[in-house]
Amino acid sequence: MSDHQIGLTINGRRHVASVEGRMTLADMLRDDAGYTGVHLGCEHGVCGACTVIVDGRAVRSCLMLAVQADETEIKTVEGLAEPDGTLHPVQQTMREEHALQCGFCTPGVVMTLAALTSGNAQPSEESLLKALSGHICRCTGYQGIRRAAKRLAAAGSGDAA
Amino acid sequence: MNAEVPGIGAAARYIGKRVLRKEDPRLLTGRGQFVDDISLPGMLHCAFARSPIARGRIVSIDSTAARDVPGVHAVYTAEDLAKVSFTMHTFFMVPTSVKTPTLAEDHVAYVGEPVALVIADSRYIAEDAASLIEVDYEEEDPVVTLADAKSGQPVHPELEHNIAGQMGDEDIDEDLEAAIEGAPHRVTQRVIHPRISQSPMETRGVVATRDGPEELTLYITCQSPHTIARWVSLALGLPQTAIRVIAKDVGGAFGLKNHPWKEESSVIIAAMLFGRPLKWIEDRYENLTTANPAREQDITLRIAFDNDGKLVASHSEYDLNNGAYPQAVDDGMAAQMFLWSAYKLPAYGFLTRAWYTNTTGLAAYRGPWAMETLVRETALDKAARAIGIDPVELRRRNLVKLSDQPTASVLGLPLEDITPAECLEKLVENFDIAAFRKEQAEAREQGRYLGLGVATYIEPTASAGSMGVMTGELAQVRIEPTGKVTATMSTHSQGHGTATTMAQVIADRLGVPYEDVTVFEGDNSRGGFGPGAAGSRQGVIAGGAAIKASEMLADKVKALAAHLLNANPENITIDEGMVHVEGAEEMSRSLSEIAGIAYGEPDRLPQDLGTGLEVQYRYQPPPMTFTSAAHACVVEVDAETGFVKILRWISSEDCGTVINPAVVEGQISGGLAQGIGMVLLEEMPIDDRGNTTAATYKDYLLPAISDIPDFEFLHANTPSKSIGGMRGVGEGGAIIGPPTLVNAIADALSPFGEIDILELPLTPSRILDLIEGRDISGSAARHQAQAGAQLEAPAAAEAAAPAGQAAAPSSGAETRIDGDWKMVMKTPMGDQEMTGHFETDGGTVSGYLASPEGDQNFTGTVDGNVVKFDLKVDKPMKITLKYNLTFEGDSVSGKVKLGMMGSAKLSGERL
Ligand code: FES
Ligand code: FES
Repeated sequence: MSDHQIGLTINGRRHVASVEGRMTLADMLRDDAGYTGVHLGCEHGVCGACTVIVDGRAVRSCLMLAVQADETEIKTVEGLAEPDGTLHPVQQTMREEHALQCGFCTPGVVMTLAALTSGNAQPSEESLLKALSGHICRCTGYQGIRRAAKRLAAAGSGDAA
Repeated sequence: MNAEVPGIGAAARYIGKRVLRKEDPRLLTGRGQFVDDISLPGMLHCAFARSPIARGRIVSIDSTAARDVPGVHAVYTAEDLAKVSFTMHTFFMVPTSVKTPTLAEDHVAYVGEPVALVIADSRYIAEDAASLIEVDYEEEDPVVTLADAKSGQPVHPELEHNIAGQMGDEDIDEDLEAAIEGAPHRVTQRVIHPRISQSPMETRGVVATRDGPEELTLYITCQSPHTIARWVSLALGLPQTAIRVIAKDVGGAFGLKNHPWKEESSVIIAAMLFGRPLKWIEDRYENLTTANPAREQDITLRIAFDNDGKLVASHSEYDLNNGAYPQAVDDGMAAQMFLWSAYKLPAYGFLTRAWYTNTTGLAAYRGPWAMETLVRETALDKAARAIGIDPVELRRRNLVKLSDQPTASVLGLPLEDITPAECLEKLVENFDIAAFRKEQAEAREQGRYLGLGVATYIEPTASAGSMGVMTGELAQVRIEPTGKVTATMSTHSQGHGTATTMAQVIADRLGVPYEDVTVFEGDNSRGGFGPGAAGSRQGVIAGGAAIKASEMLADKVKALAAHLLNANPENITIDEGMVHVEGAEEMSRSLSEIAGIAYGEPDRLPQDLGTGLEVQYRYQPPPMTFTSAAHACVVEVDAETGFVKILRWISSEDCGTVINPAVVEGQISGGLAQGIGMVLLEEMPIDDRGNTTAATYKDYLLPAISDIPDFEFLHANTPSKSIGGMRGVGEGGAIIGPPTLVNAIADALSPFGEIDILELPLTPSRILDLIEGRDISGSAARHQAQAGAQLEAPAAAEAAAPAGQAAAPSSGAETRIDGDWKMVMKTPMGDQEMTGHFETDGGTVSGYLASPEGDQNFTGTVDGNVVKFDLKVDKPMKITLKYNLTFEGDSVSGKVKLGMMGSAKLSGERL
């Protein structure tokens, strides 16, 4: 098995690694780089728990190989809150809406919402809910997740509740 | 929430409030600690080689190639693991009734059974090597379905049949049958529930490390670290204290993670043998195809009503596929116990049986007995349509109301404060049924099919004291010298938010800010024993323990403050961390000041008080606390596609005191989503060779956000009899959700007819079966084929002609009853041998039965060669045994009714 040298930026820090060709990005992020907030719920692209932001886009890290992430910029759930601990608006809204129970699906949900609401993006409620239909949460029945998505959409359109 | 909290009173400060969860900042920022996040120095990784066949003999295992893979450290088979003595136990902490190996020994009994364990540098390498292990099998035909189990070869060679457990009457009571058949209205409902996957988003997993000669530390995803320590210590024959179990965060469990099973046990033994920390994290493929699944049940319920729609009698026959190695045999008795518990039913009988098959062994899933609510509530709606009565009205006429209590259910369950009827009234007050019926009629004219479903139920929660593993809970609460509060609880959260709700209760009762309370759990070296999340119990029992411990601690603070401030303890209050003396605001002191003295200045304490501010209390609640609910949902069924859209859902539940409405609603919502999954999507199909054919989440469909509507909540708050007045709420949504939705779909489809056999999930093709009046899904053909096969199947050993009936009174032969007879009674607990002495005198008989437990005299009646008498016994419980014996020549046979335990056959011969 051949090893490959890769270099990338994770949560603003440079990370250099030597990875096997078959290693997934998720395993590299968890085991090599130590970002265990990246969760693996299925390893076949259905549950969304492993979602991270790669060059600005929400990506399922179980479906991407680590070598494909060479020279990319990655954000994981560990890189969202302010250094002083202030939660990212997505995290804060999720908390206020009781959008999590066990917290296993949560990092993926947070990263999808963070990617879609970042910068000047003004996603509609429908587009956020559609994106969330690719995330499985077995605990909450999605009530708080939906409320959070609605609030985030409203906030983006300037008529925050 | 209102300030007036039932059971707590107007003084509630945090109980009943939607406070933010303590767990969330960690979990939202990736700082959770799940088992796969644990990495220890020297740790190696495991993977399993698994059986590709459902049944067969292992001829040979060749692991040479696997051992040669660079990075592989060891390959273990059952022979290697045998060096450590290990006995698999059930959930009830007794050894399994059939021998359950960790790794398969000489034969395999289901597809995916682990056969060998590879230890390697990485999971990648371990899986490479596992695939190189060559196992030679002599394959046999597997027993897969319930029908197979009834006629096929025994799964376990040590048994003569496939019955894993049985309760109830094999032959329906004649009077009951007559009552059913003679009633003006009768309905039969058969429900076939597929096998399903609990599917916590975090799969199973363990890190086992042997630190110290006698010590084992386990990081394991579980429902209670205490249960794990107890189970593993029993399995290994080690003291419970030799095992440390840490499970900080758990990504859901739902019944799957009660205790270790074959895989976790194999890794634990391997870690002891190999001497380095080992990690095994189940992947989703393994989880779906080989983790202990749930359900797979088939029930037929018959109900009879009088002309007013009142219940007359009912009977059910229930079969449960328990797989090869169930975590605890489920014979369906719990379902029978609760089937009619909330309804006024005069007569009930049942036969319930657990079957072994060559499939993965059964485990629990949220509301393991939920079939009772599903079959009853869907049958009631079917009956309502047949009788022509409103489904709500039908329930109204039969439900046990508060004013009917105290009373007991038909099977003797005491009822004191259940409120399903009241929840139903509250529900219909908040939903305009008449308006809906109008809308429904208009929609039908446009070819749109709307339906309304209503269901009610009660749920046994917070069980403690009647089963050895279901204990009370311990709260250890202390005010630190800094004035902050630490609680160590016996609870465990897999998303339940106990660190939040317990902190709320403590802050409330102690009089400190919520932010000042920290709750520790998830480590058996810290808290006292508690069975964790099982049976909707933690909020009720641990909540009660936390209330009591906090009040005891508050009393200590008050006693100390009174002494220091020269005041009367009665006049001291604690609020938001400040200690006040009534009417003397200038004397207020902070809790930290008082705590500093309690710990550091013993001279200033009253003599008998003792230093420190620490209290512990173990709460033993009433044996059972019932939660009640009524739900309604509205659906639209698309007659073109068979798709179901849920338009509205209202929950009206009574869980007593609500500690945190957001947590309570979260529990109900999660359960309802699982219920919706069960009705519309989830199914774990198994082919006729025993292969699970849903191996990914593309085949096994879990509900997504687009499948789940917004839920509306109505809380009734009838305080329970436990401290604080809470009632459990963990499982209810998954129990009442399915019948509510099925009823709505059946109502929508009623213009097309009745769903004959309710087979879940109600996929679009099954719904189109009814709409188009043809067998699109192929279900009907399958049922017919199975029914035919059962008719043809040779009578299995257990299905031999019932003894009591075979011996019909014969006319000619002269039978002498008088004398001594040797008899054997076949009971659910095993064979019971006895000697009977009979003396007849005209139409009466007297005598005694002699057994190792002692002699018992009886008197009874004789009619021809049939003898009937009753015996009262105290053990194992107080019941009256009703003997009905037929004598023929030198042999006797018959039946003994064992109260609600069903009946037993008896046979014997003259001595
Ligand atoms: S783990 Fe990547 S989508 Fe499920
Ligand atoms: S919170 Fe547990 S899976 Fe979503």
